[in-house]
Parts: sequence; structure tokens; C-alpha cells
Amino acid sequence: MEIAIVDYKGGNVQSVLFALERLGVQATLTADHDVIRRADKVLFPGEGEAASAMRELRAQGLHELLPTLTQPFLGICLGMQLLGRHTQEGGGTKLLGILPFDVVRFPATPEYKVPHMGWNNLQALRGPLFEGLSAEDYVYFVHSYYAPVGEYTIAEATYPAPFSAAVQHENFYAVQFHTEKSGPVGTRILENFLKL
Amino acid sequence: MLTKRIIPCLDVKDGRTVKGVRFEGLRDAGDPVALAARYAREGADELVFLDITATNQKRATLVALVRDVARELDIPFTVGGGIGTVSDVEALLMNGADKVSINSAALARPELIDELAARFGSQCIVVAADARYNDADGWQIYTRAGTHNTGRDAVQWCREAAERGAGEILLTSMSNDGTKDGFALDITGAVSRAVTIPVVASGGAGSKQDFTNVFQQAHADAGLAASIFHFGEIGIRELKEHLRQDGIAVRL
Repeated sequence: MEIAIVDYKGGNVQSVLFALERLGVQATLTADHDVIRRADKVLFPGEGEAASAMRELRAQGLHELLPTLTQPFLGICLGMQLLGRHTQEGGGTKLLGILPFDVVRFPATPEYKVPHMGWNNLQALRGPLFEGLSAEDYVYFVHSYYAPVGEYTIAEATYPAPFSAAVQHENFYAVQFHTEKSGPVGTRILENFLKL
Repeated sequence: MLTKRIIPCLDVKDGRTVKGVRFEGLRDAGDPVALAARYAREGADELVFLDITATNQKRATLVALVRDVARELDIPFTVGGGIGTVSDVEALLMNGADKVSINSAALARPELIDELAARFGSQCIVVAADARYNDADGWQIYTRAGTHNTGRDAVQWCREAAERGAGEILLTSMSNDGTKDGFALDITGAVSRAVTIPVVASGGAGSKQDFTNVFQQAHADAGLAASIFHFGEIGIRELKEHLRQDGIAVRL
């Protein structure tokens, strides 16, 4: 199985490579359009800031390639948010527009700190990505912006209101949490994705 | 529901765990990767590695350790200890660290926090603050292992760090550290109320009830400890079961 990890200088991809390695799977970190198009699965991790990520994606022409992909695709963290239409981050930034959500910032309060950082449980799970998992399962989140719940939502978490912990549109799957840092639960989700 | 985090802290020097770790069944208690993996299996939510290496090879050995830990570990970890430049932080993050904590370098030049947050995002920048109490000045920030008073008020410094873009505060009470009399509830509560980023409480943990108190009374987001975990005095799982009985949300 050929797995491509989209390289757009989007932060800590080493942990994703190691997580795949623990599953006995080799992946290629690449921005090469042909390699990405040919891959059996595409992973799109990301951390950091949305506007600079979009600049890098445009510089590499990836903003045009990614929406045309047809194989199973998994966005992780910022890689999920970038699939939306628009984010408040960076004074307002246009995103890839693969999914119809707009990314907004959590309102920080003394009780609900921002970033939303730590282990939270998943609710309202739908679809093959979450096979074998339940609302008792916790995953690791670190983010200050979120996608609201919509018809594309396949898992929710609450902070303090429900938001999209995972989304899907056709072959495009994405999770707000870090599968690669979520212990055995995260590993199961990665395995489920690799079986798609 | 977001859970409170339990974080064991490992001191490392030249790539090896220091402080006598007494763990039954651990073949090499000096191997930070084996110890980290054990804590992860027991239910630790995160780990902190505090590097006290003081040689020219510091950066290379720390980067190698980060790679080894990231290869093995499937929970998040923070690396700290004498980290002072943007390129240090970049090397650690690119090799698999989830967060990097800065301390003296931020006090020497607070703009470093802004620069790191802009470059890598707030979510991976932790400001570690060591506070000590005295009757004349209250809680002040110290450096050099708690020997040098910077003259900065602890709450004000934490607030400034948050405003400059820190994503988390790791607050250690030097007055409580090593006492096992409990966390410093007053300063932890004051910092937690003063900032809208998560606060990790450190220093003084001696019992399970100490963690209950720091979560319920001081509103800490996470509790960090070293020796009580390393010496097996409190198991992570039994600690979390105690917290759950006390009505605190934990991952079990």
C-alpha cells in the first residue's frame, strides 16, 4: 500500500510517520503531485497557523490538486480545518472548500481555557472510521479553532458546546484530534482508515 | 468532557533518566523511553522530559532522545530544560516533540515567546515558571533552580507570557517542591484565574488528595509530579480512580 503524507511544512509530521511505522506501514512525505495522485491513501496532518499553511499549499499548487483526489484521504488537526471554506484565523482566511464549514475560534473563559488541550471523549460516532469505538473513548486535542457541527459531522466532542471532532465528505475524512497521539484509541482509528 | 491531565515528569541528563527511579520490573530504570512507555500504558495523559544536560552535546543528545521517545510513544510529550533559541525549538518539534517549554530564556528576553508562537503556533509553546513565596514580596519568579529572584511577580509574569502567545503555563512552586505537603493552591489558583490558557500545577504532590485539591480548589488543568510516581508511591491508575470518585473527570 502506497501512503502519501502531504508535505506543506505543516508542522510535526514526524509523529504521524512514527505512528504509521508502529503499524508496520511505510509512508512517503511528499509535495509531488504525481506521487500524491497515485497513492492508495493520502494523509494530511497539520499544526500551526492556517494562513501560512494556505500560502504554502498555493505555492505548491496543492490547493488545486487536493480537492480532485479520489482515494481515501485523512486530514488531521489543522489538516481538517483547512478542508473547510473559511477560518477566522489570521484575520480571516479562505480555505480549500472541500467541506462546507466555516472555522471559528473558541471563546476563552476562565472555565474553558483556549487552546482546548487534552483528552476529551467522542460522541455521536458514525461510519467505518470509528468501528469498535464508543463514547467512552478519549482522544487528544490541541486547538483554538473549531468546525461547528453539521451534516458532514461523523463525531462530536463537547467544549463546552458540541463541535465537529471528525468530518467526512465522500472520500475526504478528517479529524480534529491527534490520532497519532491518542494512545490505543488513536491507533485503532488510523487502522480503520488504512482499511478503507 | 475535557478531562484533567496527570503528567509524570522525567529528569534526563545525557539521554538518561536521573533521580533514582525505583520501578519493579523495569530492566533499565535509566532508560527514559522504557519508563515513558510504562507510564503511557499505566494511563499517564502526557509526559514532560526535563533535560538537565549541561554539555556542548546537549542539543544533539536531546534531539536524539526526542526521536526515540516519539518513535515509541503514542501520547503527547513536552521537552524542557535550557532551551533558548528558535532553532532549538524547531529541531525538537521537527523530531517529534509535541510541545517545548521555555523558562530562563523567556525571562531574559520575553519577545522570544512572541517569536516562537508566531513561528510554530501557541499550541506547542509552554512557558515554565518557577515561583517562590516570601512574606515581603509574595510569590515571585525565580531562575537557576530556584536560587535567583528575578523580582517579577508570579501572576503578572504568567499573564504576560499568555498575552505574548504561550499556549500553556507550567507553574512550579519552589516553596512546595520536594515537601510532599501538597501543591501551592493559592498561587496556582491565582494564575489559573489570571490567564485563559491551561495551567499545569507542579511541586509538592505527596498524596492522591493533593491532586483532588489542586483540581477542585485551584482549578489547575493538569497536575505534574515526579518522585511519587517514580518511587511507585502512587500508581497513575489508582490516582485516577481516586479522582473519579471525587467527581473529577479523568481518562480511565
